[in-house]
Amino acid sequence: MEKDLAAQLYRTMVRIRYFEQTISKWFYRGKIPGFVHLYIGEEAIASGVCAPLKKDDCISSTHRGHGHVLAKGGDPKRMMAEIFGRATGYCRGKGGSMHLADLSIGVMGTNGILAGGVGMATGFGLAFKETGSDRVSVVFIGDAAATQGIVWESLNLAGLWQLPVIYVIENNGFGEYTPTEKLSSTVDFAGRARNWGGVAAQSVDGNDVQAVYQATQVALSRARAGQGPSLIDCKTYRFMGHNEGEEASIGEWSYRSKEELEKKKKHDPIKIFEMTLINERVLSPETLESIHAQAKTEMEEAVTYALDSPLPDPQEALVGVFSSPQ
Amino acid sequence: MRQISYVKAINEALREEMQRDERVILLGEDIELSVYGPTKGLIDEFGPRRVRNTPITEQAVTGAALGASMMGLRPIVDLMQGNFLYLAMDQFANQAAKARYMFGEQVSFPVVFIAETGAFESAGAQHSDSPHSLFMHVGGLKVAIPSCPADAKGLLKAAIRDDDPVMFFEPVALLAGDKGPVPEGDVVIPLGKADVKRAGKDVTVVAIGAMLREALAAAQKLFEAGIDIEVVDPRTLVPLDRDTITASVRKTGRLIVVDEAHRTCGVASEIAALVGERCFGDLKTPVQIIASPDVPIPFSPVLEQAVIPSARRIEAGVRSLFGG
Repeated sequence: MEKDLAAQLYRTMVRIRYFEQTISKWFYRGKIPGFVHLYIGEEAIASGVCAPLKKDDCISSTHRGHGHVLAKGGDPKRMMAEIFGRATGYCRGKGGSMHLADLSIGVMGTNGILAGGVGMATGFGLAFKETGSDRVSVVFIGDAAATQGIVWESLNLAGLWQLPVIYVIENNGFGEYTPTEKLSSTVDFAGRARNWGGVAAQSVDGNDVQAVYQATQVALSRARAGQGPSLIDCKTYRFMGHNEGEEASIGEWSYRSKEELEKKKKHDPIKIFEMTLINERVLSPETLESIHAQAKTEMEEAVTYALDSPLPDPQEALVGVFSSPQ
Repeated sequence: MRQISYVKAINEALREEMQRDERVILLGEDIELSVYGPTKGLIDEFGPRRVRNTPITEQAVTGAALGASMMGLRPIVDLMQGNFLYLAMDQFANQAAKARYMFGEQVSFPVVFIAETGAFESAGAQHSDSPHSLFMHVGGLKVAIPSCPADAKGLLKAAIRDDDPVMFFEPVALLAGDKGPVPEGDVVIPLGKADVKRAGKDVTVVAIGAMLREALAAAQKLFEAGIDIEVVDPRTLVPLDRDTITASVRKTGRLIVVDEAHRTCGVASEIAALVGERCFGDLKTPVQIIASPDVPIPFSPVLEQAVIPSARRIEAGVRSLFGG
């Protein structure tokens, strides 16, 4: 793999990891309002999918969306400020962790509703096709969301109209606190999509950032060439709980064993890529270390920025519903 | 002035706005053929890219229209029956109504969803609902419900030019109703402006959608009996022109609100509450609501007529305010 690209992918994964670890720390310190859902263990997917995208390609994300926003170029300071409920956040404190957006870089919004963004993402593809643009719409969803009706309605629409949309399934083993096998009649979403018609579907190791990158490139070329939608089923594993703090309500190890988690952690996407990069002498251990150090500092600074930022003016609660004043 | 039907008025608004702005596209079930006529002929003029039949999948079609609108198109979606809106409720209530606000005003949805509202000729419980009041309650959606051909054309033009999501309800009884005067040309009726359809001095009757026709019929009979009612049509429920309503009540001192939607938590209750808050000292009689009882709309014509408000019920309601 080419050195600059390798460094970019690695850096994105590491930045996401530190961002999420930082969030976890501050959540347990009681400084973050509401819910947070962390992406640790799944970093290869956001990094591999977003790396080949152009700035004006757009992504739609999920409740577990911090990684996607960072990978598409989101500013950790403004993300952190939003997650801490500050006026300087991306949404001026009205969104929070589950509702981050930065339209200037094609982040069309994370979404608190399972599969909530899939319909709109399909509509982005419709707009791109209608206006003769070569832009592509990418939408991330989890495995539990992949059983939602709107996903299959949207795949039908995108397949029927051959829209430039890529549906990325982060098949992380759990829907909230239940293993996917107990929620879906198949965990092979690529197979299901293939039978749907009009959609190119592939299945990849979602912890292998190079495999995800390559699969995305294939889907992107199809989309840009007007050959229609793709679905990429990324097999991964959620290292964290559904939400931080879940053990307070459901106890520890209530839906998976410690042994299972330890075993899965041996397939840490960052560690896997690190081994490859060192073994194949793409990047030096010193380079990797400096990427870690930079990312750690960057996220600490982002927290400082958030904590130093003002809270929103309570009057702000009453504005912004409509474009025209009421 | 020339007289055209409600359906023709909708058709004219669509055609003129599609001619005016090439970003306007039309999506919906069977709109190429156009069963009742509102989209008739549009595919011939604007082609299959701008006039698209969609699958009968309300969630995805609604979501796709929202997405296309975020990207600069201005879609109009005909979802047919009001009852079918329920299938896409997440898209309306969690996405369309909230995204602009929760993303700090980074996005807007210039999109119009057209659906019928109300009961007509025994369509039965799953094709007769009046969900306009329900969508008013969501917060974040504009709601229009024109009561005559001229308002249908003018309000639809405004809705299409608006940068926010507009739920545009066509009272189904009016789709098959009489023609009405509609001015030629580009007449836009702004959202949020009520219209006093009949001036009067004794009672204010606020009538929603198809109930306007019933209220005007009642007005005629009441006038002959010496009671002069003022009929106010809000025309849009969001924004709601509260000032026109309260000004009328201050003048007449009496209020009856007539709506075809269910009695509980409807626009009629909202207007009654508004008048209770702002005009308590002006009221000579208690506020009265005439609405459908909270039952599914029944099938048999005699049962259907038993629940839908009518000119006769309005007349009786008004007379009761004068001890009649």
